[in-house]
Amino acid sequence: MTTDIPELKNIASRIRGRIIATSHQTHTPHLGSCLSCVDILIAAYFSTLKIDPAKPSDPERDRFILSKGHGAAALFQVLALKGFYPEAMLKSYGEDGGIFAEHPPTPDHLPGIEAATGSLGHGLPIGLGMALAGRIKKQEYDVTVLLGDGECNEGSVWEAAMMAAGQQVGNLLAIVDFNKWQATGRSEEVLALGPLVDKWRAFGWEASEVDGHDMNALTEVMGRKRSRVGKPIAVVAHTVKGKGVSFMEDDNNWHYRIPTADEVLAAYKELGVTA
Amino acid sequence: MRNAFADEITKLGATDHRLVLLSGDIGNKLFDKFKSGAETRFLNCGIAEANMMGVAAGMALSGLRPVIYTITPFTTTRCYEQIRVDACYHNVPVIIVGTGSGLSYAELGPTHHSCEDLAIMRVLPHMTVMAPADEVELRQCLRAALKQDGPVYIRIGKKGEQIIPKKDDHFEIGRSITVREGSDVCLIGTGTLLPTVLEAATLLAAQGITARVESFHTIKPLDSDTVMQAFSNYSIVATIEEHSRIGGLGGSIAEWLAQQDRMRGRLVSFGTDDDFMHEVGSQDYARAKYGLTAQNIAEKVQAAYAKAVA
Repeated sequence: MTTDIPELKNIASRIRGRIIATSHQTHTPHLGSCLSCVDILIAAYFSTLKIDPAKPSDPERDRFILSKGHGAAALFQVLALKGFYPEAMLKSYGEDGGIFAEHPPTPDHLPGIEAATGSLGHGLPIGLGMALAGRIKKQEYDVTVLLGDGECNEGSVWEAAMMAAGQQVGNLLAIVDFNKWQATGRSEEVLALGPLVDKWRAFGWEASEVDGHDMNALTEVMGRKRSRVGKPIAVVAHTVKGKGVSFMEDDNNWHYRIPTADEVLAAYKELGVTA
Repeated sequence: MRNAFADEITKLGATDHRLVLLSGDIGNKLFDKFKSGAETRFLNCGIAEANMMGVAAGMALSGLRPVIYTITPFTTTRCYEQIRVDACYHNVPVIIVGTGSGLSYAELGPTHHSCEDLAIMRVLPHMTVMAPADEVELRQCLRAALKQDGPVYIRIGKKGEQIIPKKDDHFEIGRSITVREGSDVCLIGTGTLLPTVLEAATLLAAQGITARVESFHTIKPLDSDTVMQAFSNYSIVATIEEHSRIGGLGGSIAEWLAQQDRMRGRLVSFGTDDDFMHEVGSQDYARAKYGLTAQNIAEKVQAAYAKAVA
């Protein structure tokens, strides 16, 4: 746990460098989607979540679900750096017979994972179930679910939103990584996504928006996981797809493109990291 | 059957505090007793089955034992991907109960029929699939399901199903129950058609053909010992189910049979056609339309038997 903002920013840059290098080495796509949510993941795992990597199954732990499972390459790096498993394990990334696929595996196959996602629209219902379980079992943990903006196309997201509000679930936080793109177009154009903050509010959530790359703001808003008025909390985080590398930022080609060796070095330089 | 479900789940919930009942906006009043004893463990999830299945998986991942209850198509086909990913891929103990299965709601039309559920549930890894014949088997299924560590699907009827007396009340998932002894043919039934199967056996007896009757309350895992015995000892083995002849009990046994060395028995399967029913009718009408009557079963089995022993 830290509130040392410069340190959190350093960690974010290192993670970005590793994600880009891994994408190059293993031909793992979804680079833009991974880079847009790195700061949110760092704010969660290194500042606000009540978790102990030595006790990944602690019943009282906070839960974090990466519902936009295609951001797995970012999550895998974060969990390793946090100490859920040795960083050396990541050397097997993308190898036949390995565990690090393009999406998170089930919790019993990798410590730190709370749900196997990848098919979109599953994380919020599962997270809601975990939040309700905490209430039934009188446990104090909170549940955070990270959604993509494209993912909000899925009806199950809004089914869960209605039930969470109906049940007055106070220990559930949904963050939308609003990077303005989905696989093949602008997320506001593919379907009528907006106004996104108002939508969550209309669904009965306590909703706010934040700069999803402002570590100060993120740790502040994500630290308040519990509503004072018994409502689930939604945070729409404005992000930039491909954040951190100028030639990837807001360019949707990086949803599937794999960086060359030279591009990896150029990215390192911009991020101020060595490897 | 649904009253027995409510009664049994109330009893189980009174002692097992992990049990949570999730309803898809049905069963008004049916669960009043459960609610009065365990208010926080009853959740009406509304008409939002995809979410309900995910919520159940999240609860199961947190150490609870969720039981989902709604009309069969809505708890199976409607949220199939959630069953596959959230319950089966995570291999968590979610109990899915489909009420009014098969042609129970014949009058409501094909939107409310379920003649594909056994097939699509059976193909999912980790899934246990059960179809109790009556309320006694239903209670046994529920008690056994709660002891499983993975997902279970139970399809049930509606109400007023006849209780079939049995000599032995021993129950085990994946072990069929012999309901009637016979030496000429073997009739394997599953679910609430069992009284019809027994009636067919009586009709066959009148023709001098004695039929053994098995109640296959479990579709998966398949009781291959009993199936092996049946195909070894009888020249005709018939499967009877209120489900498509594709992919259910008959389909499952056909898959098994195709992998065996030459067996004595021949398979005759009874089930619904590969079609939707466009005309209106009662459950009895619908069963008759698909040949699921004692008379038709007895006639077809008798003809097959005559050919086999000729």
